[in-house]
Amino acid sequence: MEQLEPTLAAIAGADTIEAVEALRVAALGKQGWVSALLKSLGGMSPEERTSTGPRIHAARETVTAALGERRAALESAALEAKLAAETADLSLPATVLPRGSVHPVSQVMDELAEIFADMGFAVATGPEIEDDWHNFTALNMPETHPARAMHDTFYFPDKDAEGRAMLLRTHTSPVQIRSMLSQGAPLRVIAPGRVYRSDSDATHTPMFHQIEGLVIDKGIHLGHLKWTLETFLKAFFEREDIVLRLRPSYFPFTEPSVEVDVGYTLINGKRVVGGSGDAANGGWMEVLGSGMVNRKVIEFGGLDPNEWQGFAFGTGVDRLAMLKYGMDDLRAFFDGDVRWLAHYGFGALDVPTLSGGVGVRA
Amino acid sequence: MKFSLSWLKSVLDTKADARTIAEKLTSLGLEIEGVEDASAALKQFRVARVLTAEKHPQADKLQVLSVDLGDGTPLQVVCGAPNARAGLVGVLGVPGAVVPANGMTLKVAAVRGVESNGMMCSTRELGLGEEHDGIIELPADAPVGTSFADYLGSDPVFDVAITPNRPDCMGVHGIARDLAAAGLGVLKPIDVTSVAGTFPCPVEVRTDDPEGCPAFYGRVIQGVTNGPSPQWLQDRLKSAGQRPISALVDITNYVMLGYGRPAHAYDLAKLTGTVVARRARDGEACLALNGREYALEPWMTVIADDSGVHDIAGIMGGEHSGCSETTTDVLLEVAYFTPANIARTGQALALTSDARGRFERGVDPAFLDTGLDLLTGLILEICGGAPSEVIRAGQPPLARKSFAYDPALAGNLGGIDVANGEQKRILAALGFDVAEDLAKNWDVTVPTWRPDVDGAPDIVEEVIRVHGLDAVPSTPLPRADGVAKPTATAAQLQERRIRRAAAARGLNEAVTWSFLPTAEAEHFACGNGGLWTLANPISEDLKTMRPSLLPGLLSAARRNLDRGATSVRLFEIGRRYLRGEGGASDEQPSLAVVLAGEAAPRGWATGKAKPFDAFDAKAEALALLAEAGAPVENLQVMGEAGSQFHPGQSATLRLGPKTVLARFGLLHPTTAKAFDLTGPVAVVELFLGAIPARKGPGSFARPHFAPPALQAVTRDFAFLVPDALPAGDLLRAVRGADKANVVAARVFDDFRGTGVPEGQKSLAIEVTLQPADKSYDEAALKAITDKIVAAGAKLGGVLRG
Repeated sequence: MEQLEPTLAAIAGADTIEAVEALRVAALGKQGWVSALLKSLGGMSPEERTSTGPRIHAARETVTAALGERRAALESAALEAKLAAETADLSLPATVLPRGSVHPVSQVMDELAEIFADMGFAVATGPEIEDDWHNFTALNMPETHPARAMHDTFYFPDKDAEGRAMLLRTHTSPVQIRSMLSQGAPLRVIAPGRVYRSDSDATHTPMFHQIEGLVIDKGIHLGHLKWTLETFLKAFFEREDIVLRLRPSYFPFTEPSVEVDVGYTLINGKRVVGGSGDAANGGWMEVLGSGMVNRKVIEFGGLDPNEWQGFAFGTGVDRLAMLKYGMDDLRAFFDGDVRWLAHYGFGALDVPTLSGGVGVRA
Repeated sequence: MKFSLSWLKSVLDTKADARTIAEKLTSLGLEIEGVEDASAALKQFRVARVLTAEKHPQADKLQVLSVDLGDGTPLQVVCGAPNARAGLVGVLGVPGAVVPANGMTLKVAAVRGVESNGMMCSTRELGLGEEHDGIIELPADAPVGTSFADYLGSDPVFDVAITPNRPDCMGVHGIARDLAAAGLGVLKPIDVTSVAGTFPCPVEVRTDDPEGCPAFYGRVIQGVTNGPSPQWLQDRLKSAGQRPISALVDITNYVMLGYGRPAHAYDLAKLTGTVVARRARDGEACLALNGREYALEPWMTVIADDSGVHDIAGIMGGEHSGCSETTTDVLLEVAYFTPANIARTGQALALTSDARGRFERGVDPAFLDTGLDLLTGLILEICGGAPSEVIRAGQPPLARKSFAYDPALAGNLGGIDVANGEQKRILAALGFDVAEDLAKNWDVTVPTWRPDVDGAPDIVEEVIRVHGLDAVPSTPLPRADGVAKPTATAAQLQERRIRRAAAARGLNEAVTWSFLPTAEAEHFACGNGGLWTLANPISEDLKTMRPSLLPGLLSAARRNLDRGATSVRLFEIGRRYLRGEGGASDEQPSLAVVLAGEAAPRGWATGKAKPFDAFDAKAEALALLAEAGAPVENLQVMGEAGSQFHPGQSATLRLGPKTVLARFGLLHPTTAKAFDLTGPVAVVELFLGAIPARKGPGSFARPHFAPPALQAVTRDFAFLVPDALPAGDLLRAVRGADKANVVAARVFDDFRGTGVPEGQKSLAIEVTLQPADKSYDEAALKAITDKIVAAGAKLGGVLRG
């Protein structure tokens, strides 16, 4: 029993797992002194066993616990030492996955589709290589109309089977005719897409994007047009202070025709949509062409203008994008510069929703 | 269309100021593009009298003036003008004034050592004309000290955009009529008297083309003097942006700008025989006033005499027969030309002019005599002479259109109820005649100067634009009950989904031109009847419609690399322009991806940069096809991606042997070179139109599924196969070997070399087996293994020991 204290001291001083193991064998192994004491219990008298037995058992417990404790401490220290050797410099860069983007034109078209879906408008499409009947004649632009002049319209040398001249559509309005012919009335559609004019400078590119809106129903009037445009612009810019100025104008395919200006405020030299254009620091900016659909156009669409009437409007998607998101050069839209796309593009998850808002704030 | 306030006030009795008039014009649909007031820039220039003029001590050509501004303290001013002298009343720019001609701010300065407190100005310096020989000389009684702006008087100039439907507003008088109808004054009657001729017209005038020129009125005025026109006339023309030329030319321009009535004055001495409006003859040409010769087509109307064509009718006069300073006898032409003919001729000749702009929109056919009277009166007043009798050939189309009009239409179409009395007032003020004979509908007769009005909706437009569009109340569109219904079509949903999937995979969406340089389009042409090439491209670079989105993206990739980008991952979703049936186009939706530069940059952990390879392209193709709804598990990898691709590292993805859903791979080095690209470029093209559409609307509920209770087991199989055998074929055979048990199979090794015979390769496949209702025993596993080995053997595969 006098070996207990030295053994415990030796365990506490053991500095390797091997040393602990040697002490375990010396105490608890077959030849160990604790084992020898335990064996000696057999040769004791009951009285002696009663008095000595618990002390021997307690010594065994104490030694076992001390060994376990020391072994755990040494193992833990060994693990810490191993981990310390594995230290990585976490200020080094992690692998970066490339970040993709959605083009502003696509994003704004999604926004427009979302807003107009809420007002009951479906999205319609039509060909970009059009014939002159759909692009001009059916929109009440007879052959001598100035808009047909070569300097505005891109023509192909081709004619279709009906002898119609093939051209690049100069506006999305032919989709009005195609929608009326294929879907009849009542009708609420928007038609976004590429359009083409033979024009090129800082604010004009020979290709750009338009969105057309068309409502054909009974009893539709100019007041409905005004409401629709106000509602759309308020939702698009997420501002309640949108002020519109309607001006009489002329488009062959509408009568009456209305040009729509939106009021802006100059803030730090930039036009910010909102407020009256007549206010100090304000101005008016033309954003939409619109009007009540010309009776002849309704007829060309295969509908009876005595029964159906409606309105149409058109605006530039690229310009709306520029106004909302602050780009100032239209040509950059079509250059594919990854730096521009990363800056002005949108994240894959920036899906416009009515509950989350159709715009993405910088 | 530009005109001054004083010009407007000569035909409109109004007290409104320029701002009010400008706002009203815009609200009437006569959009103001600008209001310029030249006098505004002259506020800091003052009328001044030169008291003394002494020679400058240091300079021969300069004088030192003492100038009085009426405040008793004369200023010293250095001046170089030869006409500066004591007693002269002129215009002094004081320090701080900005010189309109050059934007210079005047300040006190020493000129050759003598202090000068301002500048005596010339006409040109003040932007009032070209005169620069000396300083301005005002009458001796001009009020010294007053602002020169006040002395001149303010006469703002309006610049108005006239829409193509309003020929009546291509003259100041017509604009005044609109303003009067809108309550901004009273339209003055046209001040003209008909002057009777004193002798028969000495020239015969005729129209042989009643279709193109239904009416040709004329008269000769003899003994005129064609000097410069008077100041008031020059001022008005200048306000309209026109350069005064000579009295006769200025008068015809004035009547055109004032009343929208173009006319032409011929020098009678330069005409031979009968003057006739006729069709051009084969091979005829006209040397026009702009100095250019125009070859004429036989359907074009011209004005000619016995010697030939003088004038492209209604568009431009001839170089040889116009009036000059020596003209003494003049033939006036006031004609009516059919708008459509003028438009066609003008378009064909690519020739624009003020006259064409008016004739092609339709001038007032009832204004020929008044126009001729106006011209005659002004010529007699300014140039003198004696008028002949008027000769009138043909008849202008004077018939007036009339329409049944229900006044309730203002509300039903225009969205605002306008009282009947107000509607009648507006229409009458605009020159419409309204008869109320019918019970409900009015009978509205259109004035001759409004060819654009063609039915009841036009009449509504007249009423509401004068009444005020801003008054139209917003009216909500009727809304369907409940939450808005989904409207997107399957194609739209697919497009949105793949766009965002591509962006989520790290690709940047680009939008590139629909048209390409022809050579680039040809490089990607795909047969199918040929490319669409523009007849009138804006440049050779934007000429032929793209048969693929790849060329546009390849060019964009090159631009990015040229700018120093190290890794370019672009995609675009758009149309390919192919040939369709019946001469129509066939515009196919597609998605293209271009991966150029580094797939992964050099890194501390990864070592050297890694270029893109064909498998990067394959990964994008399959991932995006899956998002687009294609059954990617069933696709076959086949060849024939096209000549633009690396022949050994490209493929098509097909559904069945014929339906190509996509092609991908590395670009052929020749193609890369054609686009100035170096290094491997991986590309993908998806043909979205080829993906089979989902049948029916589909259900929200998915097929029943419960995760299997028993654990799946995996087994590896290594086959020795001929090295030409595509791994995909072996994989498909293994997958199909026992469909009840094999749920997945994956190639994890492709080994050639030591231990593998020449001409063969070892393909290792990990197969996942899923037991259904009881675990596999040895016999079951052996049965499955045998099937897999047999499937491999069919393709010449031998299981490796």
